[in-house]
Amino acid sequence: MSFAFYLISAISVAGGLAAVLLKNTVHCALALTVVFAGLALLFLQLDAQFAGFAQILVYIGAVAILVVFAILLTKGSETPKDGVFSKTWLAGLAVAAAVFAVFGWTVLQSGAVLPHQTATPQVTVAQIGTALMGRYVLPLEIVALLLTAALIGAVIIAMHEKPENNEEEVAK
Amino acid sequence: MTPLTGYLMVAALLFSIGLAGALTRRNAILVLIGIELMLNAANLNLIAFWRYGPHPEALTGMMFAIFSIAVAAAEAAVGLGLVIQIHRHAHTTDLDQMNRMKG
Repeated sequence: MSFAFYLISAISVAGGLAAVLLKNTVHCALALTVVFAGLALLFLQLDAQFAGFAQILVYIGAVAILVVFAILLTKGSETPKDGVFSKTWLAGLAVAAAVFAVFGWTVLQSGAVLPHQTATPQVTVAQIGTALMGRYVLPLEIVALLLTAALIGAVIIAMHEKPENNEEEVAK
Repeated sequence: MTPLTGYLMVAALLFSIGLAGALTRRNAILVLIGIELMLNAANLNLIAFWRYGPHPEALTGMMFAIFSIAVAAAEAAVGLGLVIQIHRHAHTTDLDQMNRMKG
């Protein structure tokens, strides 16, 4: 366990806590960007360069920007008067703590049987491309279809429809 | 503590933080942020198991993570589109006030 791992993990977890706890929604989105960057660095630590840069491109480049757009379009940056947490926050916190307890207990209990290969995997981008075009070509095509459907669907859902009574008002 | 255990603990912590955010925040966008945190924690698990697993040259975990990133991006786009449309319709993104299915 290197010092870099502890440093990046601490930054990621602190960013996650900030994203969940801060009052101002724009600050939450910026903290979320810190988490995405920290996870990309953890991917690089794990010798998964391609996944790390895909994480930076997709999450920091697209999803974080999309979240900020949505916050600004919904005027979500105004802090509500009656608090940012829901009425049932205690139950939600208890569920999350219970889930973490189960995960942590399971991981720590199974430490000895988990695999621990030490050799650095030698993976080039060419190998990833060959795998995407060979063994994983069907999932790749399905993801392409899914992204197209999601793009069209998101545009149609968020499209501002002109109210139909406009024509009636013109007729009057 | 082996390296894999450390990564799994970080992922479990991030997942729980995301779950807590999704369950306790009132703003719909913050709930989506919590869901994104959970998806990212799962991706970290996939990459960590790929790195320390027996056959990293088969690229299975890495491919799973890449497809998961693509699906999460699609989910975020549609989810935020829905939030914008709900805000236009109900003039709020407060989930405690959205308590009826009738429009």
